Amino acid sequence: MSEKKTNRRDFLFTATYAVGAVGVGATIWPMIDQMNPDASVKALASTEVDVSSVNVGKTITVLWRGKPVFIRRRTQDEIAEARSVKLEDLKHPENDEDRAKDPEWLVMLGVCTHLGCVPLDQKGDYNGWFCPCHGSHYDTSGRIRKGPAPTNMEIPKYEFVNANTIKIG
Amino acid sequence: MKKFLKLFSFLFVLLFFSFQTLAAEKVEYLKTDWSFKGLFGKFDRSSLQRGYQVYTEVCSSCHSMKYLSYRNLAEKGGPEFSEAQAKAIAASFEVKDGPNEDGDMFTRPGKLSDKFVMPYENVKAAQAANGGAYPPDMSVLVKARGGGVDYIYSLLQGYEDPPIGMELDDGVYYNKFMYGNKIKMANQLSDGLVNYSDGTEATVEQMSKDVTTFLMWAAEPHLEARHQMGFKAIVYLIILTILVYFSMKKIWSRIKTEV
Amino acid sequence: MSDHNYQPQSKFGKWFNDRLPLLTLANHLTDYPTPKNLNYWWTFGGILTFCLITQIVTGLVLAMHYIAHADMAFDSVEHIMRDVNYGWLIRYIHANGASMFFLAVYIHIFRSLFYGSYKSPREIIWIIGIIIYLLMMAAAFMGYVLPWGQMSFWGATVITNLFSAIPLVGEGIVTWLWGGYSVDNPTLTRFFTLHYLIPFLILGLVVLHIWALHVPGNNNPVGIDIKKPSKDTVPFHPYIVIKDGFALLMFMIVFAFFVFYTPNILGHADNYIEADPLVTPAHIVPEWYLLPFYAILRSVPDKLLGVVAMLSAILILAALPWLDTSKIRSAVFRPLYKQFYWILVADVLILGYVGAMPAEGLYLLIARIATAYYFLHFLVILPVLGFKERTLPIPLSITEPILGGSPNLAAAKIEKGLDKLK
Repeated sequence: MSEKKTNRRDFLFTATYAVGAVGVGATIWPMIDQMNPDASVKALASTEVDVSSVNVGKTITVLWRGKPVFIRRRTQDEIAEARSVKLEDLKHPENDEDRAKDPEWLVMLGVCTHLGCVPLDQKGDYNGWFCPCHGSHYDTSGRIRKGPAPTNMEIPKYEFVNANTIKIG
Repeated sequence: MKKFLKLFSFLFVLLFFSFQTLAAEKVEYLKTDWSFKGLFGKFDRSSLQRGYQVYTEVCSSCHSMKYLSYRNLAEKGGPEFSEAQAKAIAASFEVKDGPNEDGDMFTRPGKLSDKFVMPYENVKAAQAANGGAYPPDMSVLVKARGGGVDYIYSLLQGYEDPPIGMELDDGVYYNKFMYGNKIKMANQLSDGLVNYSDGTEATVEQMSKDVTTFLMWAAEPHLEARHQMGFKAIVYLIILTILVYFSMKKIWSRIKTEV
Repeated sequence: MSDHNYQPQSKFGKWFNDRLPLLTLANHLTDYPTPKNLNYWWTFGGILTFCLITQIVTGLVLAMHYIAHADMAFDSVEHIMRDVNYGWLIRYIHANGASMFFLAVYIHIFRSLFYGSYKSPREIIWIIGIIIYLLMMAAAFMGYVLPWGQMSFWGATVITNLFSAIPLVGEGIVTWLWGGYSVDNPTLTRFFTLHYLIPFLILGLVVLHIWALHVPGNNNPVGIDIKKPSKDTVPFHPYIVIKDGFALLMFMIVFAFFVFYTPNILGHADNYIEADPLVTPAHIVPEWYLLPFYAILRSVPDKLLGVVAMLSAILILAALPWLDTSKIRSAVFRPLYKQFYWILVADVLILGYVGAMPAEGLYLLIARIATAYYFLHFLVILPVLGFKERTLPIPLSITEPILGGSPNLAAAKIEKGLDKLK
């Protein structure tokens, strides 16, 4: 068998393998993607919350995408405390101004960034939140100050539809 | 090889046609050209939108569509209303929600994620309001009837006076395409019943076609994706089959000499 | 088994193989000597393996979204069809896959009947195959119940009621099967559990089926024993692998056509109506692959005897290796058997057809004649034929007739027969 013929045969086999592999990949993808959130779950992305009954110094917890969202109407002391912290003292430096657009309202995903427990309100060394699972302390802006959690508690996308209603998501 | 191909195609054709004849009913249905049939079949968007209008204005007072959500109206492959239009449609319905903090149920305007609002609370209520007959849910109606779209399309236009000698009870009507010819739904369509915003003339035939197209999409919302993927998949398989065929010839040629 | 003395090249391979001889197994499977004259009817074994794996994988995925509860099953299927990513694709593959599975298994069975693959020394392979077939029917039936449509519900009612034909304990057994006084939620959940289990039993039996096959080796179109490995055999890889692959791809094209363009044609419209215990659909018809047995059931006017006849029609196959008394395997060399074989094929197709038709008038008469013939074929024709039939002389090896080496008068005939197989 000549050199040329061998090459052509190799090409044929390589092409067959390559085309076959593409097909296998294309077949596997639907089997993987089916486990991603489905269309009905994605459609539930936003929740509207009536906050007219929340007094200063109180927190309400609402469910959004199956997770708790803390909505806290902060006192002036808490705001002042949150805004006076220097960025360099923070493990995950973020300004309170960026976290709470309206300083009175802190809207935050109530999930500890360590391993997903729900922190307790008004506990811990920084008058904010304390996670009982592994001892992470958060301040009045929900920023991590002490403990194993790597980042601040997440701020979801939200907006005030009117003075009394917050739309999360 | 040739024999094999012949055999294979023969089997396939036999299988296909035997089931088609088994599936088809003996009644001759009215025919129309459906844009969604065939290898590349797609829905006619404006027909779907008009069909939705007919459904809401005519059918939805009795027939639910419990598996559809308002968001579906804006999804690809469907009527493809704009997001804003779909939101407005959803908001025009009162949706029951709750319980609120006081434990009470309340109504609010619909959202995209809401399911189509049902005309009756439950099947019993629907039966009570319709002389004991339950107006079937229309979400998968096209797939639930032997004749499919042709059957629905014909049924809507199949109302006639009963033949002489046939006695009909109150609330029962004659329809030449209905199984047993007796139907509990009165004729719903009449020329000019709805006002199509795109200026299409609302004849009974046109409305039947539009609403049937809409029902087909409702039953098979991924039909377009299916047709497109099917074409790609089959072209791919044919290419790979050809490659494998020649690879096979090459490999088997190694031993031919020994035979 | 071929080479038990296989030694892996690498040191680790050898270490591993001494502890768990997976590499010996892999070597056996690649080198497995296969008759080189196998025609395309032999590719359906590989196709069936593909079908089983497809059903298991898609079924596993569907089970992640399906809810086995009478109030939610139908809704969850619609949820899969509408909202789950690619859910419609996966469900249509699974639903049509069942039909494809049966199509392939019927071809596989009838290939065996034609070439006498069930005869000594392959009886165990055949009987395992029959058990697999029975389990497939059970899995298919229970799977059809899961969408909880009208056909699901009434199919389940009718089939479970078959057990009520058993004298004395019948009613008790049916109630036990249902877990209630009718087909209801307990029935659905147990059917789901069993539907999930059975494919894995089938998988285990398939391993035994192949194991039992690899002891005597494949039968072949000529039906004679061959020496292996020899000039008459080729190693399984790459020769048979690529050939099976080619046939599988052809099969997949047909499969894809059903899935993408007529996904509901093999099903029944009534199954898109949610189960209603108060209303029976106008025509109760099982899935197409059960129709011949359904026809046999209905052709007997007695409840108990009808069930017995239907079960016997399947179980009689298990006795086939002993009912067929002929020493010759392949129908190529059995001119009379070949004719009866095709009559049997026609008979089963007729049974399938009348099974889909209403059980009345002419259809019922045809069904009865066809049922009688079905049993006649296995119980009378086959045993007698083995003694009476004048068979053609068989070649000494599968290469012989091709080389034209056979001096006897029948050589020309044989060649004609072999040409047909190609």
